[in-house]
Amino acid sequence: MTNGQFGFFGTDPWGIVIVKVLGIFALLVLLTLFTIWWERRVVSRMQNRIGPNRVGPFGLLQSLMDGFKLALKEEIVPKGVHLAVYWIAPIVSATMAFVAFAVIPFGPVVEMFGTYTPLQLTDFPVSVLYVLAIASIGIYGIVLAGWSSGSIYPLLGSLRSSAQMISYEIAMGLSFVAVFLYAGSMSTSEIVTAQQPVWFAVILLPSFLIYVTAMVGETNRAPFDLPEAEGELVGGFHTEYSSMKFALFFLAEYINMVTVSALATTLFLGGWQAPWPLSLWEGANTGYWPILWWLAKVQIFIFIFIWLRGTLPRLRYDQFMKFGWKVLIPVSIAWILIVATARVVRNEMTISTTQILLSGGIVIALLLVASWLLQARADRKADAKEQEFAEAQARPFDAMAGGYPVPPMPGQQAELTTRRATASTTTQEAIDG
Amino acid sequence: MNVYTPILVLGLLAFGFAVFSAVIAPITGPKRYNRAKVDAYECGIEPTLQPIGGGRFPVKYYLTAMLFIVFDIEIVFLYPWAVAFDRMAVFGLIEMVLFIVTVLVVYAYVWRRRGLEWD
Repeated sequence: MTNGQFGFFGTDPWGIVIVKVLGIFALLVLLTLFTIWWERRVVSRMQNRIGPNRVGPFGLLQSLMDGFKLALKEEIVPKGVHLAVYWIAPIVSATMAFVAFAVIPFGPVVEMFGTYTPLQLTDFPVSVLYVLAIASIGIYGIVLAGWSSGSIYPLLGSLRSSAQMISYEIAMGLSFVAVFLYAGSMSTSEIVTAQQPVWFAVILLPSFLIYVTAMVGETNRAPFDLPEAEGELVGGFHTEYSSMKFALFFLAEYINMVTVSALATTLFLGGWQAPWPLSLWEGANTGYWPILWWLAKVQIFIFIFIWLRGTLPRLRYDQFMKFGWKVLIPVSIAWILIVATARVVRNEMTISTTQILLSGGIVIALLLVASWLLQARADRKADAKEQEFAEAQARPFDAMAGGYPVPPMPGQQAELTTRRATASTTTQEAIDG
Repeated sequence: MNVYTPILVLGLLAFGFAVFSAVIAPITGPKRYNRAKVDAYECGIEPTLQPIGGGRFPVKYYLTAMLFIVFDIEIVFLYPWAVAFDRMAVFGLIEMVLFIVTVLVVYAYVWRRRGLEWD
């Protein structure tokens, strides 16, 4: 055995590498098929329906059959497309979705066909950065798909999608910084080891929450599924795709869901390590058992994805971008500074309880002053609005403002024009008479 | 074996699968030509003719991309700092606070100039 877990990576014989690659490939395809079925079933239950239950036990084979059906459907290539790019886009999307999974750890070092090997395809000192990089290349697939379709909806959908993904990637990237700070490494296997006593989701809760929000935005899932807003953009970037090319985009979307869930598990939920009651059993973190804990944690995230979809309405585009840029990013940066300061204080200085209380008091006082100032500002704004409303009520209503007939604004009272007034009085007289 | 080689193997398998899926569909599926089918989809109305790439699109997206690069570079600098944080201690903290404040000036400027508003 070599010293440290790093020594194992890059020493696998070819046979083991091929077994692992096939295993990951099969796992991702099966998880995709399962997730599509699971999503349809759960959303159905949430909407008082039954969902697919005909093909196979509990309808489990439904998504597989859908895949076969897609392969037997006619592939329509619209005449306006840029053919080469139109072909490349789904291939890029799907390939990158698979490749991003290479550094996710499933378990500890195990014995496989007589050799000791970690349950992880590969790992290197910058593997989380690698996942981010591959995810960024995946965005190319979406941009190229929209660009090459030669149609308006896909183009708008792909632009939105890429703007959304890069915006939320910043928040996502910032949420990792605190994890690297605590783990002292960017390698996924070392981050899992660093969570031996306590998960990062517990000590770095704000980072975890930011990541979970950003990962939903990053995968274009409800309530952030603006690129596929059916009411305005039809299908988004894949509107002009049909048959298996559409299936590839669909596959990529679901694999990306699994990948971000797996990354959340690795970085924040202790990876493959057994959760508390199970960790009392000594064998829980050895052998092939950890794959089970890992799968359970990933499934929790996937269920959250589905739950969100079944619960929340879609955000408006401006609200969504505002949330990403004006809330998530400043909060992440502030949190990074707090974590870094706290760590320096803990490592470098010996401070008394009085000092902690004093600095805590100053922080709370500052927060109170800030909240008071903000409240005063909000009050002033509300006052101004009220005054404006009163003024609008006082102003006479001009039914032909700007040269067009307009309805009364809130606070204004529509007055009957002379013609209508005459008409109504004559009708009244007729009734009376 | 290099630590990156397994990624290449997985990449080749995934690429092969993707290419196979993309190639198989035109072979297995039926082909029934219809002029209306090959038009760009616009909910049934006569499609708007447009050049490849859609001609023009809002410059707002370009701004978003530029801002993304600014912040992504900030993140790229934050990562090695975070990994080596315990070795740099107070010096590293002060340096990074200065750097983040510099980036925040840009951020505040963009916010003030309404660069972070979408419609």
